[in-house]
Amino acid sequence: MSILHLVNKSPTDRNAFDTCFRMASPGDSILLIEDGVYAALANAEFANKITSRLDNFSFFVLGPDVAARGLGDTPLIEDISVVDYEGFVDLVADNEVTQSWL
Amino acid sequence: MEPWEEEGPEVVKKFMYVNRRAPYGTIFALECLEVVLISAAFEQDVSLVFLDDGVFQLKKNQDTTGIGMKNFSNTYRALDDYEVEKIYVEKESLEARGLTEDDLIIPVEVLSSNEMRDLMAQQEVVISS
Repeated sequence: MSILHLVNKSPTDRNAFDTCFRMASPGDSILLIEDGVYAALANAEFANKITSRLDNFSFFVLGPDVAARGLGDTPLIEDISVVDYEGFVDLVADNEVTQSWL
Repeated sequence: MEPWEEEGPEVVKKFMYVNRRAPYGTIFALECLEVVLISAAFEQDVSLVFLDDGVFQLKKNQDTTGIGMKNFSNTYRALDDYEVEKIYVEKESLEARGLTEDDLIIPVEVLSSNEMRDLMAQQEVVISS
């Protein structure tokens, strides 16, 4: 049974990512939305917390939230897939459980 | 003349507004910007500071068409017209997020943590958001 984890908090403001990483099982998907998209910044200090977990989890980031924050022109971690709202719905449909790390 | 129109002795204080939150995820950034613009009318000595995730407020190329929220980043460009000219960004906060001065929508003065601390120590009023 796979879980879709939603993280909407910045990694440099709240500890939602840390808890998500502790509770997520290998094979789970993690979708970065709202302020969570800042975790996708390739050149930020936080980046290695994601790149070191690429073998365990599938990472996704919501494109409209990336663009809103001016990150459309900024290097993001390559192995994070950018999805739109339809992709968000597909992820919810493809996983048995959705957990929001509010 | 109404009482509030009388010319009193002018009181000018050193105000510092400290921004530590990213835009859009919470209302803090927009609210602080509005307070700064309002307070500019009172001709105080205003310093606007961006620390931690607050530096994300100034990121260039924000495009909110996909999230149905107002893009208020261009309003920072108007600060100059309101004579809010002391705008400071902490170097360490930029670096931790992989950003540089070139990523920012307006010209700012980049200060080290130590310089920022000294600036804060000179203030008479500090307002945080």
